[in-house]
Amino acid sequence: MKSLDELAKIRENRREALKIREGIPSATEKAHVMMCGGAGCISSKCTDVVDAMKESLSKNGIADQVQIILTGCMGPCDMGPVAIVYPDATFYRRLKPKDAEAIVEEHIMKGNMVQRLLYRSPGAKEPTPKVDDIDLFAKQKKIVLRNNFYIDPTSIEDYIANNGYAALGKALVEMKPEGIIEEVKKSGLRGRGGAGFSSGMKWGFTANAKGTPKYVVCNGDEGDPGAFMDRSVLEGDPHSVIEGMAICGRAIGAEQGYIYVRAEYPLAIERLDYAIKKAREYGLLGNDIFGAGFNFDIEIRIGAGAFVCGEETALLKSIEGKRGEPRPRPPFPANAGVWGKPTVLNNVETWANIPEIILKGADWYAAIGTEKSKGTKIFALAGRINNTGIVEVPMGTTLREIVFEIGGGIPRKKQFKAVQTGGPSGGCIPAEHLDTPIDYESLGEIGSMMGSGGMIVMDEDTCMVDIAKFFLDFVVDESCGKCSPCRIGTKRMYEIIDRISNGEGREGDIELLIELANTIESTALCGLGQTAPNPVLSTIRYFRNEYEEHIKDKKCACNVCEFKE
Amino acid sequence: MINLTIDNQKVAIEEGSTILDAAQIVGAKIPTLCYLKEINVIGACRICMVEVQGARTFVPACVAPVAEGMVVRTNTPSVIKARKLVLELILSDHPMECLTCVRNQNCELQTLAEEFGISEIRFDGAKTEYPIDDSSPALIRDPRKCVLCRRCISVCTNVQTVQALAAENRGFDTLIAPAFNDKLADMECVQCGQCSLVCPTGAIVEKDDVDKVWAALADPKKHVLVQTAPATRVQLGEAVGAEPGSIFTGQMVAGLRRLGFDKVFDTDFTADLTILEEGNELLQRVTQGGTLPMITSCSPGWIKFCEHFYPDLLDHLSTCKSPQQMFGALAKTYYAKKEGVDPADIYSVSIMPCTAKKYECQRPEMFSSGYQDVDVVLTSRELGRMFKQAGLDCSNLPEEEYDAPLGISTGAGEIFGASGGVMEAALRTVYEVVTGQTLESVDFEVCRGLTGVKEATVQVGDLPVKVAITNGLGNARKVLDKIRAGEADYHFIEVMTCPGGCIGGGGSPIPTNTNIRLKRIDATYTEDERMVLRKSHENPAVTALYEEFLEKPLGHKSHKLLHTHYTPRGVNK
Ligand SMILES: Cc1cc2nc3c(=O)[nH]c(=O)nc-3n(C[C@H](O)[C@H](O)[C@H](O)COP(=O)(O)O)c2cc1C
Ligand code: SF4
Ligand code: SF4
Ligand code: SF4
Ligand code: SF4
Ligand code: FES
Ligand code: FES
Repeated sequence: MKSLDELAKIRENRREALKIREGIPSATEKAHVMMCGGAGCISSKCTDVVDAMKESLSKNGIADQVQIILTGCMGPCDMGPVAIVYPDATFYRRLKPKDAEAIVEEHIMKGNMVQRLLYRSPGAKEPTPKVDDIDLFAKQKKIVLRNNFYIDPTSIEDYIANNGYAALGKALVEMKPEGIIEEVKKSGLRGRGGAGFSSGMKWGFTANAKGTPKYVVCNGDEGDPGAFMDRSVLEGDPHSVIEGMAICGRAIGAEQGYIYVRAEYPLAIERLDYAIKKAREYGLLGNDIFGAGFNFDIEIRIGAGAFVCGEETALLKSIEGKRGEPRPRPPFPANAGVWGKPTVLNNVETWANIPEIILKGADWYAAIGTEKSKGTKIFALAGRINNTGIVEVPMGTTLREIVFEIGGGIPRKKQFKAVQTGGPSGGCIPAEHLDTPIDYESLGEIGSMMGSGGMIVMDEDTCMVDIAKFFLDFVVDESCGKCSPCRIGTKRMYEIIDRISNGEGREGDIELLIELANTIESTALCGLGQTAPNPVLSTIRYFRNEYEEHIKDKKCACNVCEFKE
Repeated sequence: MINLTIDNQKVAIEEGSTILDAAQIVGAKIPTLCYLKEINVIGACRICMVEVQGARTFVPACVAPVAEGMVVRTNTPSVIKARKLVLELILSDHPMECLTCVRNQNCELQTLAEEFGISEIRFDGAKTEYPIDDSSPALIRDPRKCVLCRRCISVCTNVQTVQALAAENRGFDTLIAPAFNDKLADMECVQCGQCSLVCPTGAIVEKDDVDKVWAALADPKKHVLVQTAPATRVQLGEAVGAEPGSIFTGQMVAGLRRLGFDKVFDTDFTADLTILEEGNELLQRVTQGGTLPMITSCSPGWIKFCEHFYPDLLDHLSTCKSPQQMFGALAKTYYAKKEGVDPADIYSVSIMPCTAKKYECQRPEMFSSGYQDVDVVLTSRELGRMFKQAGLDCSNLPEEEYDAPLGISTGAGEIFGASGGVMEAALRTVYEVVTGQTLESVDFEVCRGLTGVKEATVQVGDLPVKVAITNGLGNARKVLDKIRAGEADYHFIEVMTCPGGCIGGGGSPIPTNTNIRLKRIDATYTEDERMVLRKSHENPAVTALYEEFLEKPLGHKSHKLLHTHYTPRGVNK
């Protein structure tokens, strides 16, 4: 790729070919079926539906007039397999292979939507056929997942059609490195990997750090159980990450990037690998990109799988092929990252924001969200909630909106009890805080955190002691074992909670838990230990009575804990 | 310079220093456990936490760099409470076996518990349960007592470059052990014991052979004799409570006699002998075109290291046994015959600053007298314990002399204990033997000191002799890689396994650190200067030995008793 014109030409041509996805009927093609190929839909056998559909298309002799494309996760995974049929933008759900014929013969060939496969809002009589009208999507704002409804993740030209690589072109041709950093700073973008540090500042530190070469790293370790936001981006829109990293490379003066992906994500690795190859082919990675004298390339590193490898210093060690164990900071990666060289390390979701910020400008971005938290955030909804899956909402959306409006509330008319945000070491937030507009600060104030965006909903049947034990069990397992407070302290906390949940709790156990929790938070080496006590502290803060019941009355009101005789 | 405030005291310190460094200046003592200056700076134990204004959490003083305007508090009630809880947690996963532990009263964990005033441990949960590894003849690993400070890993990996130890598993189950949980005896571990020297607790200790010696002493049939390594005389004082750098030769000899040894001999004697054999071997190789550079072979950890990692360079090793093993072989042949003792009745004990010597004396090559040449090796630490067990207040014993003939030595033998000493001793002899002239000054200063790799060229007659001296196996590697690459044009290289040489050996009194090593080195050269004879070839007992028994250096008997061969071992994984 040698010029913006060249890119524009590809964009225009491809747009023309994809007009049908913008709702404009085509003379040569009858339909584009965007079949969700995310993990959820794969496990509900969307590929069987695809096969059936292909068979039906051939049978009807229109195979060459319909494209079927496997996209990244569309969000409402519990309704999977889901699909969108263009040009009508009709949203279908819970597809079975046997439904394929109806979609082909009724919808695609005759223009009659298949009513029984359409989405219906809870309580509504009439279905909502068009994807844009669906309440579930209407409340969301898609910046990071901007492409998941529209593009074929294996097509670089699809990506380009939707303005892909235009930001890189702009950054290389029209902007100065300092200007790029300034723009990212001004946008207010903060790291989506958990800590919420200003990305622009991080880039600035790295740009100013002594030492060369410099590196750009993408953290795609995504170890939080149940989280798959990053996976959805990597599988659904790999070029957005590549483009973001290349822009950063220009900004900080790096020529090499690494994307660290966990081995459990083979499809993400495959898609990324392919995307990197294509980007090289198109001259969007490699030498003298956009004729701007800028070289940049990316390698994939496959993670060993431990949760703690997602912690930045551990991840950097792991990239170097060593045991992935955190080390004390400073030095921060900005000064001493991969091979001791200045390194920017950002999360997948953070990277995917970058092209939009550069293209549309910091002011556009900064207008979305709250005072201190800008843009959108993807959450993975799980637990006792009607619509599980992933959602992308503007910062500042309240928990209530997410749980009850987008998430569709609690199944089986049960009462909401709490929502745990932030992954295994986030806190449990009770109903009284449901109207909290979510951003980094507000979640912290109520004893939880943004984390990477896990959101687990609990109903009245959930025992909070049991839940705290569950999360603690996870961190005890995942502690790397390097520092004493985390290695031994979390184990002791688990043992205490375990005895409480067995009916063997002792007077003073709650206070002992709090003492341990406070000390672990303030002395552990890395974020894992420093946040590990959150589930316990927050459940004690909001549900202390349940602990007391277990200890004093040997009673579990939810009948979850089994007491020893 | 960085300016900061610690406990309301202003302090200025160089950039890059840690809070711990700065605190020392203002006299604020911050407790540490995993930290070991220059060796292990990883911030793992979290005992050294301090409060830094504006920081979200407490900060580990041992790794946290100072910053301009930093405000540090080292002893607020909350930080003290946090440290105490961290220690309580560590202790909650520790066997409370102080009364039966080798490190009782010399254990950093125990000291911390005492200093913190720990009076109760409120956690009664699971404890680390891994089996004790006593496979090695030199060392015992007890993972139950391990606090996972990783000093041993650092020293083994960074200083010795053996990489025998690593962290395995994770979380509560983390274990510091040989890779793949092999036994220490079955892998590349060179038994140097540096790990036992840095371990703050009793998790890696020397194998205690004191009872074997007591049993031999109690056996009236046994003729029990003892040799003491050069370095032991500048170490034993420390082992019984004297200041580092104390010279303890006469007291040690007196103490050994009171313990009941039939003869108290000196490894310095065979150190002198080594110089004659090795010096002649070097001359032979130089004049007859043998493999050069020739490398010393008196350090058994080094031998094992070479066998594992540089088996292709084994020809470079001198074939001389170590002084300990030369002594062993002579004790049960020459001495036995001279004294009219049945060698089967001789029990030969050796006092060494070294754990690897325990391994060496069991090697199959070390039975050339027809018996195990050295029956048992005690480290300086063990002899210190024997003295204590016997109620001997050695510091106040009148000094005594070694027995003849195997106790007669020169200053050259003495300095074997310090890095560069073997080289210096060799130069003193080779120079005079080759040139026939008397050395004006016997002090080869270039050989001395703690520098990792020392190089020098010494003019011996017409020949400029190029030598190198390394201490610590990581430094040996540097020179060996040069040899491999064909870039080393040395004639002679001295390699010592342990940093500083034997005075810093793995069996030395604890603590052993740079400062203490320097003091022991000073003491060593002081002792050398005090000797009347300072060149090995002037040792009359050695001359007599050749006349009466060996005939000549590198002769037939020497070959049989004093020289050996090596076994390429390679690396398992
Ligand atoms: C135990 C632990 C696990 C983490 N796992 C991840 C992860 O899976 N993905 C991620 O992006 N960040 C993870 N982080 C956060 C990273 O350390 C780092 O802050 C982040 O990747 C920086 O990128 P950002 O600034 O874009 O958020 C983890 C942190 C901790 C302490
Ligand atoms: S806090 Fe836990 S995970 Fe982090 S370094 Fe310490 S032991 Fe390892
Ligand atoms: S290692 Fe230290 S604390 Fe542990 S039993 Fe031995 S002396 Fe006691
Ligand atoms: S004895 Fe030496 S080689 Fe063996 S583990 Fe200890 S430090 Fe490493
Ligand atoms: S064996 Fe000793 S030195 Fe090694 S980690 Fe354990 S306590 Fe530390
Ligand atoms: S995987 Fe299809 S909607 Fe999430
Ligand atoms: S001494 Fe500082 S963390 Fe261990």
